[in-house]
Amino acid sequence: MKDNSISDGYRTCPVPVSSYKKVLLGHGSGGKLTNDLISSVFMRIFDSPELDTRHDGAVMSLGGEKIAMTTDSYVVTPLFFPGGDIGSLAVHGTVNDLAMCGARARFMTAGFIIEEGLDMEVLEKVAASMKRSCDEAGVRIVAGDTKVVEKGKGDGLFINTSGVGTLMSDEPLLPSGIKEGDAIVISGDVGRHGIAIMSAREGLALKTSLESDSALLSGMVEDLISEGVNVHCLRDLTRGGLASALIELSSVSGTGMRIDEAYIPVSEEVKGVCEILGLDPLQVANEGRFICFVPAGEAEKTIKILSRHNAGRNACRIGHVDGRTSGVYMRNLVGTIRKIDMLTGEQLPRIC
Amino acid sequence: MKYVDEFRDRVSVETLATAIRGITTREWTIMEVCGGQTHSIMRFGIDELIPRGITLVHGPGCPVCVTPVEAIDRAIRMASMKDVVLCSFGDMLRVPGSSKDLLGVKAEGGDVRVVYSPMDALKMAVDDPGKKVVFFAVGFETTAPGNAMAVYQAKKNGVDNFYMLVSHVLVPPAMRLILSDSNNRVQGFLAAGHVCAVMGYDEYEGIAKDHWVPIVVTGFEPVDIMKGIYMCVKQLEEGRFDVENQYSRVVKREGNPEAKRIMKEVFDLSDRKWRGIGNIPLSGLVLNGRYEGYDAEKVFGLDAVTAEEDQGCMSGKVLRGIIRPDECGKFGGACTPEHPLGAPMVSSEGACAAYYNYKDREKNEG
Repeated sequence: MKDNSISDGYRTCPVPVSSYKKVLLGHGSGGKLTNDLISSVFMRIFDSPELDTRHDGAVMSLGGEKIAMTTDSYVVTPLFFPGGDIGSLAVHGTVNDLAMCGARARFMTAGFIIEEGLDMEVLEKVAASMKRSCDEAGVRIVAGDTKVVEKGKGDGLFINTSGVGTLMSDEPLLPSGIKEGDAIVISGDVGRHGIAIMSAREGLALKTSLESDSALLSGMVEDLISEGVNVHCLRDLTRGGLASALIELSSVSGTGMRIDEAYIPVSEEVKGVCEILGLDPLQVANEGRFICFVPAGEAEKTIKILSRHNAGRNACRIGHVDGRTSGVYMRNLVGTIRKIDMLTGEQLPRIC
Repeated sequence: MKYVDEFRDRVSVETLATAIRGITTREWTIMEVCGGQTHSIMRFGIDELIPRGITLVHGPGCPVCVTPVEAIDRAIRMASMKDVVLCSFGDMLRVPGSSKDLLGVKAEGGDVRVVYSPMDALKMAVDDPGKKVVFFAVGFETTAPGNAMAVYQAKKNGVDNFYMLVSHVLVPPAMRLILSDSNNRVQGFLAAGHVCAVMGYDEYEGIAKDHWVPIVVTGFEPVDIMKGIYMCVKQLEEGRFDVENQYSRVVKREGNPEAKRIMKEVFDLSDRKWRGIGNIPLSGLVLNGRYEGYDAEKVFGLDAVTAEEDQGCMSGKVLRGIIRPDECGKFGGACTPEHPLGAPMVSSEGACAAYYNYKDREKNEG
């Protein structure tokens, strides 16, 4: 009988794309490529114990006082988006990073990289927005820097902010503080910032009323600490979304984590856009959400405190730290369990 | 989007799982044709909910996976040219060509842009007459009407700096090829709901009859897929081989006549090479003579760019349902989403990526 099998010559696949020789956009996505870049270049070369904590900022002693320090850069397009702008984002991000270390922000620096041709009015609006956010956070900008690059060599405006704060808690809050049995509490629904930015971008004709979740988290953290919640660790959710934050903390702390999809708050609009574009809400960026690791018995108290704040009104418990597993596992809506993975590169919408 | 939640309802899924167990008396192998269905199956763990005797195998329905390496190389060649803007849907940017991918070309300075619609690429051409805007048109019958409309509008409005690099493929010829293979183990199909929404399913009736296989047009949510499996197993157990429509809320037998009309206006059928599978006669679409001025391949002489597929991975067997991704020796070791040997590990709808991202359930003790 004639063999109808397809020729062996066609059973093959292409040449592998191994490590990239150039930096890709995906290296800034907050997912696996970002982690690779940080480990293989910066951590290896800079080699400091503070970087080894892999937290949002570093805690150090200076003249007997414990201080926290952090830095971040903002390259968002468009500069103004529903629910915020690059200026408020730059202040929120740095204040929040300090809050995640258990520190109250005190002083900030701001570096501006401006593209030739930017409207002066835009720059003033951004600066005014920064000032408002600083006042709200009780922080002062004490030093700055300005550079102008040729037209076409920037994206309008980039901002770098650094912040110094003083510790509110007796001990710094670090990933190593996470303990088996801890409850994982999230401060609100996920994915709003990423989807609001995507919707506002030219070329994506999605009409939504979604606003970014960009917000100051320091008030919530201050209340948790001052009201005696035994916080083990905090982490704000940024570029890589909830998935990247959990996986990184699981890896750094050497613990397993279990979450339940049914408890993870996602707004109907975020869900809808994610379905259309083929994105996972767990991997979409946030700018005003954080997760808390607290003893299981203190989860209710934590939720109650967070819920008093506007940015924490949807706070809820989404899972727990599990000693039996390593990695992050999620019980999904139909009852089966799957491992959560970090985004590989950039989030790219699917074809169909 | 409560509409989606209804089709992810745990009780409905469990009820269907019980019903499938109730009618299954022997082992069956069913192929889900579409990569979106594979993604859902793995994401929601549907393979864990059905009886062990029912094997779900992945089909060739991931548009990124089946786009031949030489088409990627041609896109890369275009993207490297001066004053050219190469536009594509997101997924395509990560797929490896012979030596690099489009993201790599972008990092080297090529003007590669992600668009959400071919009409966005056309608008780019209108807004920037100094550039040649090339849209890399890939995918199945699902994306073909939109792409056809962009070329139609370009001609109607006299836009002369817009081109299309066409690598469209059609599902039914691939299903026939799979069924004709002596290694075939597929006994029933879950047909791709979105493809049938455009094309209808009368063409599938000939396949079911010629090859004695049941075909169930199926959607993408967990309840859809469980119901599609139930309908398929029921036919297999009863010895029937009909085409049935689980996805009737979206799909009609005749499909979408307007979408089919615009496809016919712009495209002709052609032989097409499928990555990992090889040439399948009359399985592709090309711009017809009336629109050849928009055909990037002809205008820029890209047909001279050829490429051989490397002997690196077994994706051809995966795409034909002969092996599951985790039956490949390189799966998860030499081949991961960060270092893919083949396209099915790259695309979000690729079978290997779906298995890699969702398959790790060894510690599912509850």
